[in-house]
Amino acid sequence: MDGYNFAYLDEQTKRMIHRALLKAVAIPGYQVPFGGREMPMPYGWGTGGVQLTASILGADDILKVIDQGADDTTNAVSIRHFFQRVAGVETTTATTAADVIQTRHRIPETPLRAGQILVFQVPIPEPLRFIEPSEQETRLMHALEEYGVMHVKLYEDIARYGHIATTYAYPVKVDGRYVMDPSPIPKFDNPKLDGNPALMLFGAGREKRLYAIPPYTPVESLDFEDHPFEIQRWEHSCALCGSDRSYLDEVITDDKGGRMFVCSDTDYCQTRRGDVA
Amino acid sequence: MKKPAQEYPVLLDVQDITRLYGPAKGCEAIDFRLHAGEVLGIVGESGSGKSTLLRVLAGLEAPDAGRVIYRRSSNEPEAARTGTGKHESGGDQKENAEAALDLYAIGEARRRALLRLEWGLVHQNPRDGLRMGVSAGANIGERLMAQGQRHYGQLRATGQAWMRQVELDPGRIDDAPRTFSGGMQQRLQIARTLVTRPRLVFMDEPTGGLDVSVQARLLDMLRTLVRQLGLSVVLVTHDLAVARLLAHRLMVMRHGQVVETGLTDQILDDPQHEYTQLLVSSVLTP
Ligand SMILES: Nc1ncnc2c1ncn2[C@@H]1O[C@H](COP(=O)(O)OP(=O)(O)OP(=O)(O)O)[C@@H](O)[C@H]1O
Ligand SMILES: [Mg+2]
Ligand SMILES: [Zn+2]
Repeated sequence: MDGYNFAYLDEQTKRMIHRALLKAVAIPGYQVPFGGREMPMPYGWGTGGVQLTASILGADDILKVIDQGADDTTNAVSIRHFFQRVAGVETTTATTAADVIQTRHRIPETPLRAGQILVFQVPIPEPLRFIEPSEQETRLMHALEEYGVMHVKLYEDIARYGHIATTYAYPVKVDGRYVMDPSPIPKFDNPKLDGNPALMLFGAGREKRLYAIPPYTPVESLDFEDHPFEIQRWEHSCALCGSDRSYLDEVITDDKGGRMFVCSDTDYCQTRRGDVA
Repeated sequence: MKKPAQEYPVLLDVQDITRLYGPAKGCEAIDFRLHAGEVLGIVGESGSGKSTLLRVLAGLEAPDAGRVIYRRSSNEPEAARTGTGKHESGGDQKENAEAALDLYAIGEARRRALLRLEWGLVHQNPRDGLRMGVSAGANIGERLMAQGQRHYGQLRATGQAWMRQVELDPGRIDDAPRTFSGGMQQRLQIARTLVTRPRLVFMDEPTGGLDVSVQARLLDMLRTLVRQLGLSVVLVTHDLAVARLLAHRLMVMRHGQVVETGLTDQILDDPQHEYTQLLVSSVLTP
């Protein structure tokens, strides 16, 4: 641990991030710029999320890290090891036991509770970027609530595919005001954003932006009256735990084309199997 | 199109507008009023400052001096407010009552909302006014969606109705504008602009860059729309034939200044200023 401050970041950087976080919590869904630091890992590894986790983590906190819902991918394992090393915190794979959960791609299936903090690693924070490359212009569009183009995109989906084909990073409106990109979570997880008792923080390392959904904030997925928002559904149940309400991944089981559908949330699946057994 | 519009209420009150990029480059000391239901043509040779003036009037470019006052009758709801209202801090809270907006005093938020929700702008090049990456239907629907329409089926029906109105095949509603000809793109831009029935429309050379035969049909269509919808229009053109067909009144510009103004037929048939005489005669001689 020599040469490291607790949780890697120096206290001045943490204070700066705390100030940005306070603003983000005060204005749900609003992107706050912050003076991000270089982290000892490449951007694609979630440096935005890592910086937020590093600044909010306390010595007594228990940390969980997931990637695609799993605790054991390379990305999740290395971030977990990083925090074990630089903060010496206890880690867990159990959603219920964690105080802070850093995630990429998923919100745990097990309902979160008040007091927990979910930290998202965000690649592209700006939901208007697809239509407007200029940062100055998108900030103005947010300020003026010029959000017509978001529905233009959904309209185009329906015209082209007969339904809203956007399945990831499905845009939401937070607290009736700011349109926000929930980042690469599947739209399956969008309803979990709405009124969640946990605090949700989003960090984008490359673009140096953070934003937040405070506990119990209304979050609405954009849609049309005659094409309401819908989540993904599967014909199958989880082949391992039998859940018919979790997000399923298709996995190849052998080299003869064998496949099965299993929960993407490994902790949820294992816990259920433990319960069933 | 003879229509003495003077008895209709003033919609736009332009007071001593100047926007100069250099001596005689831009527009200078422009003063006029546009009445509701009126089509005002701004004519003049290339570089005389027509587009500069139009940009200032449309809220796109602040003048060096002068004011643009937009008046809506006092019993009308302020559409420009809905887009921004609740988050804008005070300062201009008395405006519902007075119903006159000083375009460059109200702040960018409300100015942009005005242009988006209550006015319309037709560019010479349809590519500047269209979203080339999305379908014709999405282009027509955008302003409605910006106003809060959230019914896909209705948006689509409105899109098709407008395509018919501007003489486009409604069966092509899902096609991208880039698969349309220049004239068709211009029709689409006009449909996209007029779909919200704007109270005031700015057009900069709407038939420029088109073949003569395509131009004629487009002009005809525009004339019908202007009459049917009772549009108020500021129309910039260097083409006096276009001006004659569409405008009730003309303003003749030269080197950034207005040299003559009056009823269209009066100006074209009996021009007083020698520059106007030159302009008119150069058109008449083939
Ligand atoms: N953004 C600008 N910066 C500098 N000069 C400009 C700018 N816009 C216009 N000008 C100059 O101001 C003068 C008036 O230009 P403007 O575009 O208003 O003329 P116009 O009457 O619309 O001409 P045209 O019929 O060719 O479109 C020209 O000399 C032009 O070069
Ligand atoms: Mg011009
Ligand atoms: Zn399972």
